[in-house]
Amino acid sequence: MEKMANELHVLAVDDSHVDRKVIERLLKISSCKVTAVESGRRALQYLGLDGEKTSVGIDGLKVNLILTDYSMPGMTGYELLKKIKESSALSKIPVVIMSSEKILPRIDRCLEEGAEEFLLKPVKLSDVKRLRDFILRGEGDNEETEKKIKEGSSRKRKFHEDSSTQSMPSSLVTGHDIQSKPESSAASVSQQPLPKQPKIG
Amino acid sequence: MERNHHLHRQLANLRQSFFDQGYLDEQFIQLEELQDDANPNFVEEVVTLFYKDSARLIHSIDQALEKHPLDFAKLDSYMHQFKGSSSSIGAKKVKIECTQFGEYCRAGNVEGCKRTFQQLKREYAVLRKKLEAYFQFVRQIGPIETASRPN
Repeated sequence: MEKMANELHVLAVDDSHVDRKVIERLLKISSCKVTAVESGRRALQYLGLDGEKTSVGIDGLKVNLILTDYSMPGMTGYELLKKIKESSALSKIPVVIMSSEKILPRIDRCLEEGAEEFLLKPVKLSDVKRLRDFILRGEGDNEETEKKIKEGSSRKRKFHEDSSTQSMPSSLVTGHDIQSKPESSAASVSQQPLPKQPKIG
Repeated sequence: MERNHHLHRQLANLRQSFFDQGYLDEQFIQLEELQDDANPNFVEEVVTLFYKDSARLIHSIDQALEKHPLDFAKLDSYMHQFKGSSSSIGAKKVKIECTQFGEYCRAGNVEGCKRTFQQLKREYAVLRKKLEAYFQFVRQIGPIETASRPN
């Protein structure tokens, strides 16, 4: 599998301009290459949905992960997921669904259809970093991952709402907490001193 | 230099007031943490996109509320988008109004929808004014000196 070590190319799909900008930033800080598109249709176009091609985008960059919003006009994230999993060329690409709504039957349906994970919006940097590490591990050890996926086909929900619930099976990933050092020097985030933490919700 | 320190303190207090008064929540801080020297205006850029999206959605909802009978499904869909982007920037009060509006939609409550939407527009206007003043202040006094985050 050709890919620069430790750099994933992520195809992000979201109809919200605000969310696309944020997810793009989260991914770039996590040292991922990003292609952000606004719809499922555009995503499939980018992937060149065509039985013969590999998971290479029209600009030649192999896609290692698809991160898609669930609620989109036209084609939902679920419908996009289905199309990807039905395609022999693209079905191996991990797909992660994002949604602002925690609707359990929806989550189940996505996981059953083959989504790797379900993230609750707004997506945090810790979510993206954890996801990246999980995918990198999977890419580096593909056979083992495929075996695990087959074994876990009646998978339980393992969606994540926040970084403190590290419920992914430890055999697949090690949790990273939000305080961890960024791995690449390019991701130097300067922090403003926070006078006081606001109460969360 | 003292004056500068005083201004930075004023800015910090202004920022803190947004959280204390419930206009913004933790998500805004998440966005601030994505800023760095190479992307010093990231939050303002995202918020500017939010204004653009919001203006469009407010207009669409205003128009949809003029129709008889109301298309609640359409209204709910617009509001879902509005709620999403409010949530993404941490616009707490606006998000609360969006949730309320959504509930009235699903209940088919015309008066509730209209009343809540007026409330939402007010909250949005207040927030926008505050944030515009805040970012203008930020630009005027320059970046706050950053300390490295303790591990």
